[in-house]
Amino acid sequence: MSLVAAELERRGIPTVVLQLLKLVTQKVRPPRALFVPFLHGYPLEAAHDSEAQHAVIEAALRLFELDADEGPLLVDYEN
Amino acid sequence: MGELNDFSLKHKIFLRTYGWRNIDPTPWAKLRKPLSESRLGLVSSAGFVAPGQEPFDENIRGGDPSFRVIDSGSDPSSFIEYHKSDAFDHRGILQDPNLAFPLDRINELAERGRIGSVASNHLSCMGSITAPNRLIRRTAPEAAEIFVRDEVDLALLVPV
Repeated sequence: MSLVAAELERRGIPTVVLQLLKLVTQKVRPPRALFVPFLHGYPLEAAHDSEAQHAVIEAALRLFELDADEGPLLVDYEN
Repeated sequence: MGELNDFSLKHKIFLRTYGWRNIDPTPWAKLRKPLSESRLGLVSSAGFVAPGQEPFDENIRGGDPSFRVIDSGSDPSSFIEYHKSDAFDHRGILQDPNLAFPLDRINELAERGRIGSVASNHLSCMGSITAPNRLIRRTAPEAAEIFVRDEVDLALLVPV
């Protein structure tokens, strides 16, 4: 996913990658990543829980709104 | 959660020893307009296909590097999952594909005005690609071209 994100960024499209394993995030270093503390298979926390899913997506959207000029930007999800 | 200890010994060894590609230098694009005017595209590596689409091929060594284009009017509850990894619990995304392909959620965000619009097409690919060269050379540039043509302003990428 991070490799696709890098290509999108090269083409001028900003990205946020949700990341479930910090080890991988730190090794690959995608341009913008939101590290979420959920089990693998549950990137937006819970099935059929639109409120929880929206909370994660909103946290990702806020990364786009930060006025950062360079990356990587690796941020922990806090709800 | 989200730790190596969540995995079996086999997967722990792989995750520790795999030659992860470090992205360096870091490409960086900035959002050029407010989110409320921006068009959002989704990429998911949960291995979903829409009804009638070709399944992902689990027999390709190193992982199937192809992707499926998912129309924004699709119903996520109709998606079929082809991710065969035994490294994670599949029950959540089988019950609710929005958990890894949140198409309903981003349509709701557009209705609320939090984002300007939803891309016409989104991208579904396989995770657990251990031989990423084909993905780097072919899949990623083709995927990016689809978003560029659709004038996508930002992308959210969701793994499993």
